[in-house]
Formats: sequence, structure tokens, C-alpha cells
Amino acid sequence: MSAQAVVANAVRLEHLRQLEVESIHIFREVAAEFRRLVMLYSIGKDSSVMLRLAQKAFFPGRLPFPLLHIDTTWKFREMIEFRDRRAREDGFELLVHTNPDGLAQGINPFDHGSSYTDVMKTQALKQALDKHGFDAAFGEARRDEEKSRAKERVFSFRTRTHQWDPRRQRPELWSLYNTRVNAGESIRVFPLSNWTELDVWLYIYLENIPVVPLYFARERPTVERDGALFMLDDGRFRLKQGERARQRKIRFRTLGCYPLTAGILSDAETLPEIVCETMASSSSERQGRVIDHDQAASMERKKQEGYF
Amino acid sequence: MRAAEQTARRTLHEFLAHQAEKPSLRFVTCGSVDDGKSTLMGRLLYEAGALLEDQARAVERDSRRYGTAGDNVDYALLFDGLDAERQQGITIDVAYRYFSTDRRRFTVIDTPGHEQFTRNMVTGASNADAAVVLVDARKGILPQTRRHAHIVSLLGVRHVVLAVNKMDQVEYDQQRFEAIVAEFRPFAAKIGLDAFTAIPLSALRGENVVRRSPAMPWYRGPALLEWLEAVPDTRADDEAFRMWVQWVSRPNQDFRGLAGTIAHGTVRPGDRVRILPSGKTSAVARIVTLEGDVESATAGDAITLTLRDDIDASRGEAVVADQDPPEQADQFHVSLVWMSEEPLLPGRGYLVKIGSRTVVGQVTDIRHRVDVNDLSHLAAKRLELNEIGVVNLSLDRPVPFEAYAKSKIFGGFILIDRLSNATVGCGMIDYALRRSANIQWQHIEVDRQARASLMHQKSCVLWFTGLSGSGKSTLANLIEKRLHAAGNHTYLVDGDNVRHGLNKDLGFTPEDRVENVRRVGELARLMADAGLIVLVSLISPFRNERQTVRERLDTGEFIEVFVDTPLAECERRDPKGLYRKARAGKLANFTGIDSPYEAPLDPELVLRTMDAPPEKLVDRVLEELRRRQIIAS
Repeated sequence: MSAQAVVANAVRLEHLRQLEVESIHIFREVAAEFRRLVMLYSIGKDSSVMLRLAQKAFFPGRLPFPLLHIDTTWKFREMIEFRDRRAREDGFELLVHTNPDGLAQGINPFDHGSSYTDVMKTQALKQALDKHGFDAAFGEARRDEEKSRAKERVFSFRTRTHQWDPRRQRPELWSLYNTRVNAGESIRVFPLSNWTELDVWLYIYLENIPVVPLYFARERPTVERDGALFMLDDGRFRLKQGERARQRKIRFRTLGCYPLTAGILSDAETLPEIVCETMASSSSERQGRVIDHDQAASMERKKQEGYF
Repeated sequence: MRAAEQTARRTLHEFLAHQAEKPSLRFVTCGSVDDGKSTLMGRLLYEAGALLEDQARAVERDSRRYGTAGDNVDYALLFDGLDAERQQGITIDVAYRYFSTDRRRFTVIDTPGHEQFTRNMVTGASNADAAVVLVDARKGILPQTRRHAHIVSLLGVRHVVLAVNKMDQVEYDQQRFEAIVAEFRPFAAKIGLDAFTAIPLSALRGENVVRRSPAMPWYRGPALLEWLEAVPDTRADDEAFRMWVQWVSRPNQDFRGLAGTIAHGTVRPGDRVRILPSGKTSAVARIVTLEGDVESATAGDAITLTLRDDIDASRGEAVVADQDPPEQADQFHVSLVWMSEEPLLPGRGYLVKIGSRTVVGQVTDIRHRVDVNDLSHLAAKRLELNEIGVVNLSLDRPVPFEAYAKSKIFGGFILIDRLSNATVGCGMIDYALRRSANIQWQHIEVDRQARASLMHQKSCVLWFTGLSGSGKSTLANLIEKRLHAAGNHTYLVDGDNVRHGLNKDLGFTPEDRVENVRRVGELARLMADAGLIVLVSLISPFRNERQTVRERLDTGEFIEVFVDTPLAECERRDPKGLYRKARAGKLANFTGIDSPYEAPLDPELVLRTMDAPPEKLVDRVLEELRRRQIIAS
């Protein structure tokens, strides 16, 4: 038994147990009341935690839903490797969708700015949901990520066109969720709503959950652009005049499309170090995401349009 | 192992050792607008080190843009995350924030202060372990303070702080503080908040928020954060075992597990349990989790149970201790908070969700509405948005329950509108009405099929709905004549005629219309039970009530006939002169004029009186009855 497993058995955080139970309750409630379910799988740490919670909710049964990954074709290579290995080892059904129109038009993060996110993520997600006729989709959003998310319910109702209306949210009392939807409407469900970044890392540590190695600091080929550090994951990253690739010891706090996801300088090579770094951290994790800074209240707007 | 890793491991273990046993504390903040709730929370987060640098910078930047705190940082902007909120400078929705100190992890549920958002306040309070009720030291106890304190108490929050804020504005005056506490105390006693803690503080200056303040040496109690860290964990595991079945796990033929979260008590393999409402009993075989089988599980654990006997149990049932089961009932005395713009109408059917069980229910009587300011009881025929009432609730099936004061999980429920699917209210069970236990269903051996077959027909209810003057009664009359001539046994219930007798006491308000339709529906049901072909001619303007009648009858027995005549044509015909009166303002609540008509979405028959003469329409109805084998062909 590894040293870490010993710790895991010795310590059981009461507040993590509460969060775990709440998430399991949500998974079971949705599985019992909806017909066409899917879990959105982003391959990141939150997805890894969500997957473990779902496995706990339905054990000894298999997951009563597939996992769906929206592949923009610009994800870190290590993410795709990790995704395929998890599907193989954990034996879940994996659906992968890429927006064929976006692909045909060569939409990419360098030339198309924020329309890239719309086409390759938002539109792609809508396509996949419509194609399979899913009426409920689990997402990994947490309320501590961003201000408008702090106001989102666990059950988020979307119209036929996948839009969110912050003024028409249903009250959520106790642990009683109203799961009724009108024809053509769907819901997004966020089992990790009440988890924080620190909770997620503590849980990964205590439960020994595998995560993508990109979270751990290592020497990686990087370039500095507008004060942020980007990893040159493959030959498609276009260097501007004067920019030079350099090896730096970095890690990532969130994972997404590599040209849009900035890393941080860090020496944290192991889980305990990452947890400590998170505890001491002086900036929130979404800072590394380019799309949030576009415009004031940008996340709220993206969500109203159907972005997860 | 690298030195950095070793250090990290040590730091982490110290942190974990401190935190291990403490459950997270969820507390709700409430009080009137401008009492400084968001400022207090911003201050708490800032001082507890939970406000991260980039968030702090963002708040400073936003303060210059939207801020309402002059040169000071407007912490409210930290919580008011929606665009509309920042522009209007108010909190619309509940916000959730998280922070940890060395001693505990907290969830802050920040709720709106404006009266029109009371439902969000209720939502926040339903999940809170503790409440911080803010008061502005200059203004004292306001109606909204009382309203929120009342809701907090109603929702069963027992740990309450009265935080008297803005003490810096009253020169930290002890007498002012004590006067406010003295004013609040009798009110608190009346609403059942027997013990509360009063703390004088200044959120803006951080006095008595995290540390005790030297500015108020006369105050000897804890600072707010100290109090929050010390709120005791009140979960008990010595109660009888109770769990709603949430999900039945059947991965293969040999395994049948009942999955749920334990609401109360402890369970061990071998324990005798009972399934409710079915009443079947068995013993627990295994408690299954991903980490392996466990020897016991207790309140707050999410588990999967297997039973020794192969008995049927499904979602919506409860597994409970065989020796100490909860009561079951279908009629209750409950407190209700209404959360919808559409008012609560007694007699209207709603979905009632309690635990994992969803049934149909209706409020049979509003005992009174509560004035939250002075707690006086007011007479009411309906409940409007944000109103609180004490009502009788009747369900179509029994449910296992506990009083809300004893169990939030077996005593709290939500009401869902069956047509819009919106959550329209929430309620708390006080107790079961005794009548519920004493009225039994008398089994009668001769049933409706037996009665109907003697008459060589099948019973049914032909329900004619449409505007006044649309031709409902004319058509129903013609059809009854034809059926009668053919030897069928019929009865025609006319909306106007019942108002002379059975429904003499009812007027034309929405609540009276709901009751009118309910009674006619029950009357039609009894007659159908007698084996008759019942024709009902009734405007019955609301979908919901027609749906309720449909559900009270067997499948296929309710035939909704929409007599579709345009309003203009009805007005032109105006056989009773009622439209003229309504247009002249002499007749209120007239359907189509100042009271809505909700046309059927999926009726069995639509009769367009403009398109065909009555005889043709009558033939269509008779044809439909033959097709359904209600009458002989």
C-alpha cells in the first residue's frame, strides 16, 4: 500500500463526505427521472472527480449514461491520451464530437478569436446534444469559479435552443429537485456546484484519483505572450515575431485548448504540493482562461447563449 | 522523496487533522436592503483571507465603475454576479460563496433583501444550518428584519445571530445596541427563536467581524467569525432509521439494491426494515459501497442496501426501521410559502414532491394567511407570490412523513405546477389531520362496469368546454336527445343549472371557478360510476382543473369536447345578454372579457360551430362514441 493510500484511510474529511453525498444524491435523482442522460467529460480534474462520484452513486452497477467529450482538435495531446486510457480502464461509454462545419472551415483559436469558442465549443455541444436527443447533461461547473456561476442552480433549465434565463431559475429547496421539463427543453445538472478548487484537490488526494499529468510541474516548451505562459504542445502554435520558445517549469490549474490555456510557473510536482499551492494561492483558477476576460459579464452572456 | 514534497505532506496533514471532524457550516445572511449584508460578507471573506488577489482587484475595478460605496470598496459587487444586479445595485438571486478558516469550512448563502425576492430567501434558508440576520443600528428592526427572521425560524434554522451593523455610525453606543436587542427579543420568542446571539459590529470597518473590537469594550461576546466557527454540529444518529428509496440498482439478475441517502438513524446488516407505503418487511442483507461492504451506515451517508427477501420496493417508497416506522397519511396541516406569480388556488391540483415521492395534491382549505410583520392571522381565499399561509393539504395517495420540526427530509415538500412545470411553492408538514386516518375507502362489490353493462353501454364523461355562448349546451342537449332515443342511459349536467343548487355558494372569482369545476367533476365521476353516459356543459376555463377531472376518471373515460367558437361570434350571439353586461362593466370576471379562457391543447374532439351545422357536429360526436364502443354501433 502506498504512503498516500495510508493517509487516505486515516483521514476522512467530514466536509468532503458531505459534498460527496450531496453529489451522489444529485446523480441518482437525475438518473431516476430522466431518460436520455449524458455526462460532459472535459478530461480535467473536475471531470475526474465527477466520474468517481458517479461511479460511487451507481456501484455496483455501471454508469447509466455515456460520457461526451467535445473535441475542438486543439486539446493538449496528453489530455486525449488520458481520456482514451480512462475509457479503456474504467469501461465507460465514450462519445466524442467535433463540429464538422468548424473543422471544414478551418476555425482555429489563432485566427478566429472568440468565435472559435462559439463554433468549436458552444455550437459543437449543441450539435451533440441535439443529435443524441439528450434531455439531461451533467456538467462540472462549480459556483466558486466565477460570479455568475455563484448564482446558478444545481439544475439549470435550458430552452429548446439551449438558452439560460437567469431570471427564470427554479428555487431549489432542501435537497428536493424539480426534475420536470417541458417538451423539447433540457437541463444541465451540476453535481459539483458546492465544491471549491481546494475541495477538488483534497478529494483527488484522499481518494487517489488519476489526473492528467499536465497538472504537475515539469519542464515544458513554452512561450510568453501578453504576460501569460503558453505551452507549445505541437507544431501548430504560431509564434509571432520576436517570440521565442523556452523551456520553463510550469503546470496547469485548468485544462482546455492548449493555445488558450495559460500555465503557471510552479515547482509543485506532486499532489501534496499542488494542494498546498492551492491553499496558499493568491489568484483564482479561471484567471488562466482567456475567454473570461473578453468583456464584462462575459461568462453570463456565454451561458445565456448556451455555453456550458 | 524531495524536500518540497515532504514539507507539503506535513503541512497538508496538519491542515487535515484540524479539519477532519468538522462538518461544513452553511449559513444564510439576511436582513433588509442596505443593512450591509454583502459588505459584511465581503469583509468576512477578505479578513478570513478567502478573497483572492485577482478577485480583490476585480472588485476594486468594478467599484469604480458601478460602486455605491463612494471611495470605499463596494464588496456587494463580489456577490452581485448578474449583470442586472450590478446595474441596478441590488441582489436578485441567491449567491453561494465558500471559504475556509483553520477551524472550519463555510458556505455563505447570500440572499436578496428586497421583499419581491422573498422566495429566494426561503430557498437560501432551507439549506442553512445557521443564520445571520442583519440590522442597521441607525434604523433598528424593520419589517423585512421580522419577515426574514420569521422565514429563518419557519424553515427550522435554530442557530441565529442578530448582527447589529453600522455601529460606527452610532458612535458604538451600547444603549442603542441594547435597545435594538430588547425590541427584537419578544418577537424572536413569538416565532420560536428561543435563543439567539446578538453581536454589535461594523462591517465597513471590520469591528467584531473576525476579531473582537477595542471600539466596543462593553461587549464581551464572540466576534461573528468566532461564533460561526463554534456553532455546534446538531446531527443526531440515535433516531429511528429512515431512508427514501431514490434509485433501484439492478446491474444483474442476482443483485437488487435500494440506493438512497440515509435521512435519520443508523442501519446495520440484520436490521429488520419495513417498506412504506407497501408495508412489506424484510431484513438488511448488505450495505454496499464502492469501497466495499460496510458494517453500519448512518444519517447523511449515501448507500445501497440489499434485503434478505426478494420483495418489491421502488423509487418513491421509504425504507424504515420495522420497530419504529413513521406515520402515513394523505391529509395534513401544513405551512406553505407561495413562490409563483400565479396565485395558489384551493382545489387546484399540484404535484407534491416529498423525498423521492411525487403525488398529486390540492389545498382544500386556507386556514389563514400570516402577516409576517406582526404574525397576525388574516383570512384568505388564495395565496399570492411571497405570501405565507397555514393550509390543509390533501394528497391522492398516502405518504410516510414526519413533522417538519423533527425531519426536514420527511416533512418538507415542494409544489409543482402540472402545466408549466414550475416550482410554485414549498411547504412544511405540521401534523396529519385526524380525518385522514379515520376515513376508510368502503369496498363496493358491484362496480361501474357491472352497472354499465346492464344498460348495454360503457360509462363515460363527455366534457363540453368553451366560451359562454359558444354552443355547448345546445350541442349537449341535441346529443343527449339522440342518445336517449337510442335507448342509452344519460344525464346532462349544465353549468348554469348546478349554480342554482349544488354550487349556489360559489361566485366567479378564479378560486370559486376552480371549486365549481372540482364539484362538477366529482358529480360527473359519481354518475359515471353509476354506469351513465354523462354530458357536462361547463365553461371550465382552466386547463389545470379539466386535467384534474381527467385524472380522477379511468383512462379513456374522459372525453374532452372543445366547442370552438370565436369570441367575436359568441359576443354577436350573446344568448343571455351577458357579454353586453360585461362590456358595460356590469359583470366582473367574465370569461373571455376580463377572465382568461385556456383552450384545450389536446382535446378528444374539436367542434367548430362556424364550420358546420349542429346536426353534423352531433353526428361526429356520436360517431366518436361508437368508435370508442361506448354505445353500440
